Amino acid sequence: MQTFGQQLINGLSLGSIYALLALGYTMVYGIIKLINFAHGDIYMLGAFWGYYVINQLHFNFIWAMLSAMVFCALLGVIIEYFAYRPLRHSPRITALITAIGVSFLLENGMTYLFTANTRSFPQVIKTVTYHLGGLRISNIQLLILGTACLLMLLLELIIKRTKMGRAMRAVSVDPEAAQLVGININHTISFTFALGSAMAGAAGVLIGLYYNSIDPLMGMTPGIKAFVAAVIGGIGSVPGASVGGFLIGLLETGVQAIGLSAYKDAVVYFVLIVILLVLPAGIFGKKTKEKV
Amino acid sequence: MIKWQKNMVKIGALATIVLALAGCSTAKSNGSGQGNNPGKTIKIGVNMELSGSAAGYGQQQKQGIQLAVNKINKTGGIKVGNTKKKIQLVVRDNKTSNTTAASVAAQLVNNDKVVAVVGPAATNAGTASIPNMTKAQVPSVSPSATDPGYTLQKNGDVQKYIFRACFQNNFQGSSAAKFMTSNLKAKNVAILTDNSSDYGTGLTKAFKKTYTGKVVSSQTFQEGDKDFNAILTSLKHKKIDAIYAPGYYSELGLIIKQARQAGINVPIVGSDGMADAKLAKIAGNSNTNNVYYTTPFSTKSGETNTLAAAFLKTYQAKYHTTAPTFSALAYDSVYMIKSAIESEKSANSVKITAGLAKITDFKGVTGTITMNKNHNPEKSMTIEKLTDGAVSQAYTIK
Repeated sequence: MQTFGQQLINGLSLGSIYALLALGYTMVYGIIKLINFAHGDIYMLGAFWGYYVINQLHFNFIWAMLSAMVFCALLGVIIEYFAYRPLRHSPRITALITAIGVSFLLENGMTYLFTANTRSFPQVIKTVTYHLGGLRISNIQLLILGTACLLMLLLELIIKRTKMGRAMRAVSVDPEAAQLVGININHTISFTFALGSAMAGAAGVLIGLYYNSIDPLMGMTPGIKAFVAAVIGGIGSVPGASVGGFLIGLLETGVQAIGLSAYKDAVVYFVLIVILLVLPAGIFGKKTKEKV
Repeated sequence: MIKWQKNMVKIGALATIVLALAGCSTAKSNGSGQGNNPGKTIKIGVNMELSGSAAGYGQQQKQGIQLAVNKINKTGGIKVGNTKKKIQLVVRDNKTSNTTAASVAAQLVNNDKVVAVVGPAATNAGTASIPNMTKAQVPSVSPSATDPGYTLQKNGDVQKYIFRACFQNNFQGSSAAKFMTSNLKAKNVAILTDNSSDYGTGLTKAFKKTYTGKVVSSQTFQEGDKDFNAILTSLKHKKIDAIYAPGYYSELGLIIKQARQAGINVPIVGSDGMADAKLAKIAGNSNTNNVYYTTPFSTKSGETNTLAAAFLKTYQAKYHTTAPTFSALAYDSVYMIKSAIESEKSANSVKITAGLAKITDFKGVTGTITMNKNHNPEKSMTIEKLTDGAVSQAYTIK
């Protein structure tokens, strides 16, 4: 039972990172039907930003995270403006390949500038482990869970309660009709990228602090896992991405807990295949009829 | 056995691709059958993982190579017969890709006409470049390809042009097993293997073969993994005396950190991939206790080996950090080629090959090396112990 509880904590901390990343995928997909493969790399850049402002400018953790969110939001907007906006009306596959290209550019560009070496993230918050009835939970795990939940709640409020959020939902339903009622599509899409990238930036700093290790390729696997999480939750659905993220985190942890560590990635992808076969729209996805 | 066959299929498929990509990427057989000859300078190729997943190790090796070449050129170069020739490095990135490694090998031997190659760092990329090296009759010395089969052909004969400067896995894995039984008195161990490389799986295989105690749990992880909490939590309630974890410092640092935070305080024993100052940085000094690893190069060896002391000093001066094992091995690789050229009094690639095969009592940074008939260097093994993030003790195993 103790082990089970401990594994639950492990799974939730891992899952909250996947959830934060999955939100970016799902929002961007929801609005322009693009799978932004560069999203994992924005998370990496967030971690590097945190590394530099803490080391060079001696920011504390909160400021490092907030500034990383702003930095990544800007970056997301810039990437959208230069790489995806010119392709808005080209076939979706073109934009998809461009996204992969941007991802390579960021990964290899960072490797070129900062070398591929793994760096240790400055430990601005001292790890304290609490013992609760035989369970061990560290302050950093609590911080990750707390921040992730707070950000997801905030995001939900922005989408549901603000004017910009309403514009986002409108554009995702029907961009042309949205334009007819006076919504500026370009601004709305930029805003979506900014929001999603900010989440990734926060995840980057949190991960840096939690694992104490960052490198230019750190976004690859979590990026793909988060994408799987978004698809399982129902791509395009914001609550779906959060739930999907936690599910993937718990699944991975569970598989390792029963001693099948060699198959942890395989199981994640297997579940993806099953979900695509049984529930193609994902857990929270809406079934849409496509007119042929 | 199955793995071997799989590798063969992989190599076969690779060879087909390489051939299919037409003349530009296969080594042309030299008509005279004499290999490559040097020009005004001695051209040494570097086929290295400078980008991609193994770039961290590749870059360290490149630093070691550069340091060795600078040092040799400063003193006028390599003595070939009566003249001294400078070394010209031709550095090419194989992007940690097997296919690219094969075409880089072809470029180096055909277009750049190098007389010897240092690299690749990883066994997989190295194996992919063997056909092209062999065809052109140019030797290659890998600083870190540790798979036992790397220098051997399918039928067990030695690969004539393929050498390495590091230990092969069998020796490292079995030394760790012996050390854990006799020095650590570990009767029950858990194994955590990096199964994304032949390095990790090979070491585990060798370890299991020699280890006489009980393997309670055998788990694996992938390169780039950051979360080991789940595996470690499942180990916590098993009765284990030690953990054997062959892999690289980037993952091992995290394993040590997360194990200690989870309250697992048993000794953790690893391999030379851990021998890097970054290990303790990632794990945190207070967590890096009771950690051991097998290594050909100990930063403590500067106390007894004057060559190593000089190397450590120049490395520190140029790159402002303690020299990692990979740099030391790469440094030795260059000097091994130099010693082969000097003993054969020729910088012809076939002659260098003969010279490399005959290396005996070569004094290197990583110990005194004698090349055995399978092109594996024989040198003594060191096991270092880390306490509070620093090397506190070194055991030598012959």
